[in-house]
Parts: sequence; structure tokens; C-alpha cells
Amino acid sequence: MHQESVVIPIFPKGPSRVLGLLPLAPASWTLTRFSRQIAKRHPSLFRRLGEHAHARFVLDPTDLPLVMCLEPNGGVPRVSLLRGQCQGDARIAGPLAALLGLVHGAYDGDALFFSRDLVIEGDTAAVLALRNAIDDAELDLAAELGAMSGPLRQPVQRLIALGEKTTGVALSRHEEEYAR
Amino acid sequence: MEIVCPAGTPAALRAAVKAGAHTIYCGFNDETNARNFPGLNFDRAEMREGVRFAHDMGSKVLIAINTFPRAGAEHIWHNAVSDAAEAGADAVILADPGLLAYAAQNHPALRRHLSVQAAAANADVINYYAKCFDVKRVVLPRVLSIPEIAAINAETEVETEVFVFGGLCVMAEGRCSLSSFVTGLSPNMNGVCSPASHVDYHEDNDALSVRLGGYTIHRAEKGEPAPYPTLCKGCFTSADKKGYLFEDPVSLNAEQLIPQLKKAGVTALKIEGRQRSRSYVAQVVRNFRAAVDALEAGQPMPEGMLAQLSEGQAGTTGAYRKIWR
Repeated sequence: MHQESVVIPIFPKGPSRVLGLLPLAPASWTLTRFSRQIAKRHPSLFRRLGEHAHARFVLDPTDLPLVMCLEPNGGVPRVSLLRGQCQGDARIAGPLAALLGLVHGAYDGDALFFSRDLVIEGDTAAVLALRNAIDDAELDLAAELGAMSGPLRQPVQRLIALGEKTTGVALSRHEEEYAR
Repeated sequence: MEIVCPAGTPAALRAAVKAGAHTIYCGFNDETNARNFPGLNFDRAEMREGVRFAHDMGSKVLIAINTFPRAGAEHIWHNAVSDAAEAGADAVILADPGLLAYAAQNHPALRRHLSVQAAAANADVINYYAKCFDVKRVVLPRVLSIPEIAAINAETEVETEVFVFGGLCVMAEGRCSLSSFVTGLSPNMNGVCSPASHVDYHEDNDALSVRLGGYTIHRAEKGEPAPYPTLCKGCFTSADKKGYLFEDPVSLNAEQLIPQLKKAGVTALKIEGRQRSRSYVAQVVRNFRAAVDALEAGQPMPEGMLAQLSEGQAGTTGAYRKIWR
């Protein structure tokens, strides 16, 4: 008895085309700065990567014309945004909503993998370490972005909420409620 | 009935507690537990903190030290038992008789549960473990039907815990050598079944193949669920026949059998999945807690929403209702 899969929203084509026009160097610089702030606030994430803390991960949102190369670099991460192919030790591909949903604990990685919403290739152990480390970190990318926005925090948060509403992509973490 | 939930990380432990778990089981980040995978498990400080958090919220924590100690390295397993006692664990889940003896002699106040890895499937052997090591609970192997579980409970004072959701293992748990055969590493000795370092997924023309230790063990065509990376769930072709040699890649879901399991005298319901995410843990726990609460209140069992979380995207009631091929 085969079962229904989770429905993952696909990033709308119009905004996807706009994101494809991003200037890569400043976008990479911003993402690297962002990831280093996360590293500072969540050091256990990099400890949990263990021997895979120097692997090179290719994160491929299949509904965007961009790929991201993440090098945790032992806690001093570097992120590069590229158009087209990128070589790495491991590749994780799927809709942007699936990738961000995993970060925010909205989806289960194994369930997305078995339903083939997510594709992994390369070093499976490194992928598993990254998945587990991120799941344990309980990240909220919207809160992280807000924290580095200084006086612009409020408008940034409003923009993120609007983006979440229009694209269906989980851009923030929804806190679990206590059952008792 | 008590719901016993998995936690592979401190975040998953918190998610389980928040979702209403009565009890959480977890392990140290080394070869002493049967889920020794990259990025998983608890260091000693995280375990102490996790136990404190769970206790503050009224939940219990069981620490699985359920692999078999290596000759000459027994101290690793002995230290794990001592550290579990120091962390304030409510019980340890053990499989090895030598380790059970160590725990009984050195930490008599620390409650001992018999792991499924011990494959204790009849009342005689369960009573033997109770007599020798004062074992208070046994996790029954996933080979028993409900009448067989009732028969065991009629002949033992030891509490029984049964799996109700998650991945299935081949029959004699703790004695499976399939992973060792292909990779040299096993869940019983090293805590890893099909270690991720030996697993390789490859997509070619929309078909997804999985290799374990260099051997292709399954290939899924477009639209089929991704193949599971263990030899026991591999799909092979021989003499023009294609099929799963050992078992189908399906996941246990005994949600609707909870009333019968209660009637059979079962104390606790175990959910498999320490390698799964906090999202899985929260959803499964919430569902099973609702089912148990409904049962206690004399209400009908709620319809499950757990199908999409199943390994292989397909479910079974396993041996509880024996309908073998």
C-alpha cells in the first residue's frame, strides 16, 4: 500500500528569473557573512559535522537558476553562488522550499528523500552529518537575518513574511507548541 | 500506555517532549549504541542537559547502550553505563549479558531494560534475564504476533515494550550479519547498519540506484520511492525474476492495533527512528499520544496521518498480523 507524498511548493517562475539576475560576487559575499554569523551563534552545528566539517557541499535548488556551494571550513564557512554546475564532495538537490523546510524543521529529510523530492549524490556520510547538524541547530533564518539587519530589522522581517506568504517557502522556523 | 520515542539529537529530544512523549530513548555519540551515524547522538554534556530538560517537563529518558562490547574494549561500554547513571537516566537499554552483569553489580539502582538486540522472544529467556540481571522491561523483537505477545505476558512479570511505528529489521535482531558481510561493519558491534560511508546513490536517466559497499542492491525507476540502502531491503534479479529477497521496503505502522496490544498486556509502545528528524519525531509522537489518550478515554482511535513518513512510503502491520507471502 503506497502512500501519498508531502506536497512541496515550487518557487514561482517570475521571482525565480529575478533571482537569476543577482550579481554573484556581492550575493556570495553577503551569504558568506550571513553563514559566519550563524556559525558564531550556533557553534554546535559545526562540532556536529565532525570529520565532515571540511567537506564541500553543493546545494542545488532545482526551481532556481542558481546553485550554492557551501564550505563549512571547520566553523569559518564560505558560501559561493554560481550559475550552472559546481563540483563538490556531495550534492543535495530539491525545490528551494524543501531545502529551506529542512533547515526550519518543517519537513523530514528521509521522507523527502524516499518520495524523491530530494536527491543526494556523492559522499552520503557528509550529507547525513550536515542534515543531522542542521536539524539539531533549530535555525531560524528569518531571525538570523533580522539579527544582522540592525535598525532595518522590522522592515526586513516584514519583507520575509511577505516572501513567505507569496512563495509558500518556509523562510522562518515555526516554534513547536507544547502538547501539555 | 507509555509512548517511548526516539531522539537522535538534543533538538529531537526537546521536540519529543514538547509533542507529549512520556519517555524518550537516545544514545551516546559512539559505538555503544546501535545508531552510531554521522552527526547523530549526544555527548556527555548534552545527555545531562537532555535528561534535565525531560525530567523538568515530566518525561523519562532511557539511554540505549545496546551494542555488544568488543573484547579488550569493554571499558568503553562500562563507562557509558556509568555515565548514563551519572546523567540521571531513568533506565539503560542493554543487550549484552556481560554488560547487564556489569550494570547490575555496579549500578544496582539504575533500572535495566533488555534491548530488542537481545532477540528475547519467549517467556523462558525473558525470565532468565530477569532472574540473573533483574531486568524490569524487555523490548520484544518484531517477529511476534499479538497472541504470542499475550502468551509471553501471561508467563512473566517483566514489562513488555513493542515497536508500533518505523523501520523494520530482519527477523533475529542482534544477530544480523548482512551489513558486516558487505561493509565489514555491523549494527551489533559498531552501531552502524549500512554505514553511510559505504552507501552511494546515483541517478542516471531518472533511475536511482543505490550501492552498498560497491554492490548495487536496488534500482528504482522514475516515480518509484527511493531505494532503502540496506541489504535486507535490496531488490535483486535472478533467472528473470525480480524481487525483494529478504523483506519488502515497508515501514511498520501498528497504530490501529494499540487496543489489542493493550489487551495483550503490553506496557509501552516504541517508535523507531533515532536517525530521523525532529519534524518526524514531533509528528509521530503527537499522533501516537493522541491515539493512546483516546484509548484511555474510551474514545475511538483517530485516523493516522503518518503515511508519508514511512520508509519506502509504504506501511505494514508486520508480524502482529502474520500474512506472509
